[in-house]
Amino acid sequence: MPVATHLPDAEALCAALADAMRPHVDPAATALVGIHTGGVWVAARLHAALGLKIPPGSIDVSFYRDDFNQRGLHANAKTSQIPFDVEGAHIVIVDDVLHTGRTIRAAMNELFDYGRPARIDLAVLTDRGGRELPIAPTFCPHSLSLPAAQILALERADDGGLSFRLIEK
Amino acid sequence: MSAFGKQPNPQLNGHGELQHLLTIEGLPREMLTRILDTAAPFSEVAEREVKKVPLLRGKSVFNLFFENSTRTRTTFEIAAKRLSADVINLNISTSSANKGETLLDTADNLAAMQADMFVVRHASSGAPHLLAQHLAATGRDHIHVVNAGDGRHAHPTQGLLDMYTIRHYKTDFTQLTIAIVGDVLHSRVARSQIHALTTLGVPEVRVIAPKTLLPTGIERLGVRVFNDMREGLRGVDVVMMLRLQNERMQGALLPSTQEYFKSYGLTPEKLSLAKPDAIVMHPGPMNRGVEIDSAVADGGQAVILPQVTFGIAVRMAVMAMLAGS
Repeated sequence: MPVATHLPDAEALCAALADAMRPHVDPAATALVGIHTGGVWVAARLHAALGLKIPPGSIDVSFYRDDFNQRGLHANAKTSQIPFDVEGAHIVIVDDVLHTGRTIRAAMNELFDYGRPARIDLAVLTDRGGRELPIAPTFCPHSLSLPAAQILALERADDGGLSFRLIEK
Repeated sequence: MSAFGKQPNPQLNGHGELQHLLTIEGLPREMLTRILDTAAPFSEVAEREVKKVPLLRGKSVFNLFFENSTRTRTTFEIAAKRLSADVINLNISTSSANKGETLLDTADNLAAMQADMFVVRHASSGAPHLLAQHLAATGRDHIHVVNAGDGRHAHPTQGLLDMYTIRHYKTDFTQLTIAIVGDVLHSRVARSQIHALTTLGVPEVRVIAPKTLLPTGIERLGVRVFNDMREGLRGVDVVMMLRLQNERMQGALLPSTQEYFKSYGLTPEKLSLAKPDAIVMHPGPMNRGVEIDSAVADGGQAVILPQVTFGIAVRMAVMAMLAGS
């Protein structure tokens, strides 16, 4: 598999993702939930760009991961915060990179412990392939193929600028 | 004193992860901080429609209480259930112990029932250490042990929930003056508190008690001793009251509980000597009118009920960290 030499421009993808979502969201009724940590940053951008009224939620899936028995508890688990009523809500789960789909499954399991949403969509900046579960994004402006040994990570600079970095496992 | 002498800390595994929680003594500051940090997201779970996370699904947690304690056993039970574990409560003071079965025999039988974790409360200091040693010696160190109070030795989860409470209200341990008041002699809670506070960098830990309720050499733990409560409370940020352990009182250590209240009971008047924003803590159950006045226990500075709530999150964090090690 060819190694990606040009990483996507995260800022451009945020704008493209907002454009893709705009016709499908109701600013008064759609709620975003970002997955820690990159998804929370992207959700904040989308929330502003789409002018949504409901404050965005955030989820840390550490307590719902399917590899707890192999890897134990993540050292820096964050507090999940869902500042709206999940029951009957239209929720868009937001993450930076879609990979195996396991994080998304964990996030959906966690959301259902807050209530029964009317609908859940998935928005990601990029799909890097390697799916291990039948999960597909609703909104995804970009895709690339990366070998399993590489991690595509979103980073935030001190000035708030977002960029991708490739990490070798 | 650790039953393991100068061996490497038996609470940590080869990767430096928490394998058992037996005592706060000897745990590094980073580990205490990590437990407190991990407890924070668990406290949010109680706010949800479904107050449960699936971390310990399929695991069996045995509460082995050789000594009665409704509150501690209940909070351990709730914590384990909110982690989705199966919880089995055994009040052994009313069970096999009366038929002569020992702690280790009981544990062996429960291990044969595929136990994953033992939460142990025992009147003998060192009983949870003994159990952990026994499990290691018999090749069953995948079973975790949590000390829920042993004799006069330690009550680490109480110490940790107290630290969580202090950090919640006061943020920075390195700026605090903290007083522990009461029956230090018989108190495993006080020992765990002192070890935790000094490890977390509290610059001044005071112990306030009559001479008859102080163990000899307590100063060696890094505390300042006061026999006069008014003097000891002056300017403190946190007042940690201890229960007067009536049932442990052998011989005439005190003239009477009324006398005790006069000298060492926390009244609004004595509390006014502490900082105006000082918080008042108590591990429960309280003896109103003995170590604490109801006006203080029910007053605005008391954080005694939040301690109970935080205790569930802290015990969830400890059990999740153990099960994941």
